[in-house]
Amino acid sequence: MTLSKRRIRAIFRKELREYRRNASLVAGMAIIPLVFLIQPLVSVFAVSSGAAAELRHRHELLYLLAIPALVPAAMAAYAVVGERQQGTLEPVLSTPIRREELVLSKAMAVFAPSVAIAYAVFGVFIACVELFAHRGVASALIAGPDVLAQVIFTPLIAGWSIWLAIAISTRASDIRVAQQLSLLASLPTVALTTLISLNVIHPSIRLAILLGVVLLIGNRLGWRVVSAAFDRERLVTGSRS
Amino acid sequence: MDRTPALAVQDLSKRFGDRVAFQGLSFEIGYGEVFGFLGPNGAGKTTTVRTLGTLIAPTSGSATVAGIRLAPENGVEIRRRIAVMPETPGLYLRLSVLENLECFADLYEVPDADERIDRALRAVNLVDRAHDPCGTLSKGLRQRVGLARALLSDPQVLFLDEPTAGLDPVATRDVHELIAGLGNSGVTIFLTTHRLEEAERLCDRVAILNTTLRTIGRPDELRDRLFTRTLAVRTAGPLADPDHVFGGLPAVDGWREDGAAGYVLAISDASVAAPAVARALVAADADVLSIAEARHSLEDVYMEMIDEDAEVQRA
Repeated sequence: MTLSKRRIRAIFRKELREYRRNASLVAGMAIIPLVFLIQPLVSVFAVSSGAAAELRHRHELLYLLAIPALVPAAMAAYAVVGERQQGTLEPVLSTPIRREELVLSKAMAVFAPSVAIAYAVFGVFIACVELFAHRGVASALIAGPDVLAQVIFTPLIAGWSIWLAIAISTRASDIRVAQQLSLLASLPTVALTTLISLNVIHPSIRLAILLGVVLLIGNRLGWRVVSAAFDRERLVTGSRS
Repeated sequence: MDRTPALAVQDLSKRFGDRVAFQGLSFEIGYGEVFGFLGPNGAGKTTTVRTLGTLIAPTSGSATVAGIRLAPENGVEIRRRIAVMPETPGLYLRLSVLENLECFADLYEVPDADERIDRALRAVNLVDRAHDPCGTLSKGLRQRVGLARALLSDPQVLFLDEPTAGLDPVATRDVHELIAGLGNSGVTIFLTTHRLEEAERLCDRVAILNTTLRTIGRPDELRDRLFTRTLAVRTAGPLADPDHVFGGLPAVDGWREDGAAGYVLAISDASVAAPAVARALVAADADVLSIAEARHSLEDVYMEMIDEDAEVQRA
């Protein structure tokens, strides 16, 4: 099976245009990163220079990995059920596009902005800590391995959340239900990153490799599984083929 | 007209669990034909379009669409050759007309996309609204955008599902003109509607569906098949001996009174019967007010079929 880059690009571009002009979606995308930026910043700014050394035993940066888990989940939940409710899905399904192309292009259209947002928030967090935190806090907090983990795991987690949310979106009949279920499905990932950031689960290279491999496989399988579950007949008529 | 079938359907059926959407459909449509698919709500018209458009799989039977066998593995190839305009055009309302068309031109991978888009916009008279967001357009204009979108790929078969549903008379007339223009340019059109005057005006042949195919043919054929042709005669006063006047006239098979000075004549050929009746009335010294062939509309045919179904169900 050969995938058509032109068809994938068509949906990708269309989705980005729609996201840009959907004020409620943009607002929704902005709220989650703001919450996950402000809350850790407040706690970091409260740390005095004397207590900064304690931060070396925590991994506050990894807390920000909740952003690539939650932002794409909220967006991707809209991908299929949103089109279905608007009545735009049937015309698209009537074109020669393959389900693998449609699913992939929709996933890419969520992936690009959500990873960009996650990296941007991470950059803002680092900059704020460097500029405004008490002396010694930045050097204690911003550890090379944590930054690397952030850079590597952001796209992996985003991808995983997207496949979960699109899978839910293909099955849901209402946008709000799809978004709530998608956020719920992302909570285990958020819980894991939070436990690691609080050092309840001790981060190690072995754990990082294990999680990385699991997420890579999950992402690879996600595309296949979601494509296979993408049933034109059920999406158009509400009945199984 | 090319008689190679653009659509050939053989004993096609679709069930959703216990519910029959349609069953036992068999018909052929030639290239360049405008084919009307009529039926009441729930008759299975939209499901038939979706099935032939490869969106849903038939439960049984076979079909070829644009020369390709209807099968899951041929879905992409069939969809390349056809276009479907659903009842609601399903446009991206936040995108402009042009952006909508660009997206679908890419989905169909049409060569010379800009030229095709320009041609499609001209065909539906929307060049000056190309940059308007679709959300700001009236329902009639959205239907036109939907038609422009359907034309982008130069489809061999164009499925139009209730294209004038909910439109005002002016917008309906515009859409009718567009469809007539497409029909004249040789596009095969499969038009589902329950607007009978629409089908009568636009379609070469029509089929009446009520889960099963009730009848199929040219509108005038269906009328002739179902109804006796009649002449309505009105005179200033009652005829003294109508039997004598109408009896034995060529192509007149019988007559009955219709009011005080009206007569309905069963005829086999109006071009023979009407002059003979006129001559007989003049010879009988009758003051003739009118002689007219009674026209049964497609609506009469449709109602006859649907009423029959209702009676069968009641029985």
